[in-house]
Amino acid sequence: MKDQKTLFAALVSAFVALMIPVSVYADDAATGHYRWLTFGVFATVILLTMYITVVAARKVHSASDFYTAGGGITGLQNGWAIAGDYLSAASFLGIAGLISQYGYDGFMYSVGWLVAYITVLLLIAEPCRNIGKYTLADILAYRNDPKKMRVVGALSVITVSTFYLTAQMVGGGVLVKTLIGIDYDVSVIAVGVLMLVYVLFGGMVATTWVQIVKAILLVIASLAIVMLVWTPYGFSLPAFLADIVGDARVQAQVAKLLGDPAKAMSAAELGQRFLEPGLYLKAPIDQISLSLALVFGTAGMPHILMRFFTVPTAQDARKSVVWAMAIIGGFYVLTLFLGFGAAHLVGPATIASVDAGGNMAGPLLAQYIGGGPDSLWGNFMLAFVSAVAFATIVAVVAGLVLAAASAMAHDLWVGVVRSGEQVSAQQQINAARVATVLVGTTAIVIGIAAKGQNVASLVALAFAVAASANFPCVLLTLYWKRCNTQGVVAGMIVGTVTAVGLTLVSPNLTYPKLVRAAAHKILDAESQKRADIAASIASGNAAAIAKATQASAALDKAVRKATDDMAKVEGQETSFIGLEKPLFELKNPGVVSIPLGFLAVILFSLFTRDKRAAQMWDEVYARQITGIRVSRPTRH
Amino acid sequence: MSNSIDWAIVIADPRFQVLARRKTRFLWGLMAFSVAYYFALPIGAAYFQEIFRVRVWGVVNVGLLFALSEFVIAWVVAFYYSRIANRDFDRLAAEIVADVSTQTEA
Repeated sequence: MKDQKTLFAALVSAFVALMIPVSVYADDAATGHYRWLTFGVFATVILLTMYITVVAARKVHSASDFYTAGGGITGLQNGWAIAGDYLSAASFLGIAGLISQYGYDGFMYSVGWLVAYITVLLLIAEPCRNIGKYTLADILAYRNDPKKMRVVGALSVITVSTFYLTAQMVGGGVLVKTLIGIDYDVSVIAVGVLMLVYVLFGGMVATTWVQIVKAILLVIASLAIVMLVWTPYGFSLPAFLADIVGDARVQAQVAKLLGDPAKAMSAAELGQRFLEPGLYLKAPIDQISLSLALVFGTAGMPHILMRFFTVPTAQDARKSVVWAMAIIGGFYVLTLFLGFGAAHLVGPATIASVDAGGNMAGPLLAQYIGGGPDSLWGNFMLAFVSAVAFATIVAVVAGLVLAAASAMAHDLWVGVVRSGEQVSAQQQINAARVATVLVGTTAIVIGIAAKGQNVASLVALAFAVAASANFPCVLLTLYWKRCNTQGVVAGMIVGTVTAVGLTLVSPNLTYPKLVRAAAHKILDAESQKRADIAASIASGNAAAIAKATQASAALDKAVRKATDDMAKVEGQETSFIGLEKPLFELKNPGVVSIPLGFLAVILFSLFTRDKRAAQMWDEVYARQITGIRVSRPTRH
Repeated sequence: MSNSIDWAIVIADPRFQVLARRKTRFLWGLMAFSVAYYFALPIGAAYFQEIFRVRVWGVVNVGLLFALSEFVIAWVVAFYYSRIANRDFDRLAAEIVADVSTQTEA
């Protein structure tokens, strides 16, 4: 009891220490004189999660408690926790933003994030529960050479987690800065410190409950907004969408996106175009490549796999995926209304003016629905959605850090460095906590170092590595008789190296020569265009003058951007790795790297021998199919 | 205890063979269907835009309904799988596990 009071006191003082810089640094960005309201809502949400951590800390006594909540989470709870782990700020704010800016394509993009769980449900969740213990490498090591599996498995988990974590930290920092107006560095530190508090004291128990609470808050917030947006239409989909199509601001957005071809279209056609594909995703192969990475990568994501070790049986694992699919899918259907609602009520241009990526669509819609920027309810809604977004980032980051820390402590330290020795329960849990601090601190440092970088492609890269390395290795270990140690080692290396390598030579990087050439083209054409515009104005025709004024403004903007771009690449000749132009034309490597990952596992397995993998097949196969649960075999 | 189970005997059990065959066929069939249905969406959006544009319910077009159907199909697949698994696979597995446990204790 006394320990708990001390812990709670420590947490509250950490919280107060955190809020002081927040209130000092805050400017009047989003909340104006309602800032106290924002802090009140944030404080409530954070204190709630702190309370969870204190209660959870009581239950963490062993490594099993720390990594997997002792396997004592129910299917329903785990379903909510998976949703909480998975619905990152990218899907919560990003997809609603994409829909508000590009209409149909944004919605289409969300589908792959749900379908990914079919792979998880049918092929991965239950066998993993039957075979694994704490980590991805546990599954591989059950059948193949344990030491080698722990090394490659842990390295791959750390690689994937670092990419995803960096994207989350940078995205989170920017988001918190935009939402409540505190400094970027302070935002990153606040996210990192809070996450560390949850994970260090409460382990997987606290992480799970923080994810559950966050998922519930997210669903409540979205449902409330969608109800308010949709009620005026009597819950009719065509009536709601008819208003979107007829909206002048939406039509203007489509005209801007289409450029010249839009001139021949009527207003109604422009509006309708918002509900048709092709405004955002222009390269089909790239889109398919990304879809492949999503649909197979989710099943190889370490923080998602880890969630299946928290439930007691394969039946609970199954139940948890079904619940997760209901929640995640339901949420994406709601984002359709959030995105279109924001486009109609706030306007695509207004949303983009606050955040170019459209990330503020949801929060701005909440503010509008509550009564606007000057109303109490409007600001309460904005604060609530912002607090949920903040909790989202912290919950996702906590899950990732736990996955990376378990790979370091359980796989590398206990499994490789101290292999064969007796490691006490206390030593194991200490190792887990040390690894958590290491990973968490690294995440904060990387987050601050990567300030201002475009990290959006890192999320896609994380999924591509998970789909090209982790997924083939886990799948073939579980389902293919001939799979063996050499195959898995080769698959991990080939999958990771091709996914990362192809991304490094892809158009995702900046190529100074190409940037300069494009900028030169605009600048060279400038004088001719200016002459044309001057001629149009001189003609005296009112319509021509109006058009010319518009063209002049667009030209000014293009010239400004070209000059900026030139300045940015000043003195550089090649990309980050020394290339003048991309060698690989796709932004996502999945379509090439996933088949290569599979091929590597298959070829190396066929051409090498591994007695243990062959001997263990019967057991893996029998357990995988039936879920027979027995104690783990003795260490080799 | 784990080493006392002879896994070769478990696998040779005809009931195990039946379960493994049914499970494999069912899972991979459902998986193939789901992947095919999903990829029809980005492929259709890229190469069959004329069909996606056809309006069927006010301003609601084929593309929107198809995207919404992806959610329904995903839920139906999940629900159907867990029904079959809860009813058939789990029962067969439980029988085999029960036999293995008595065999181990003996």
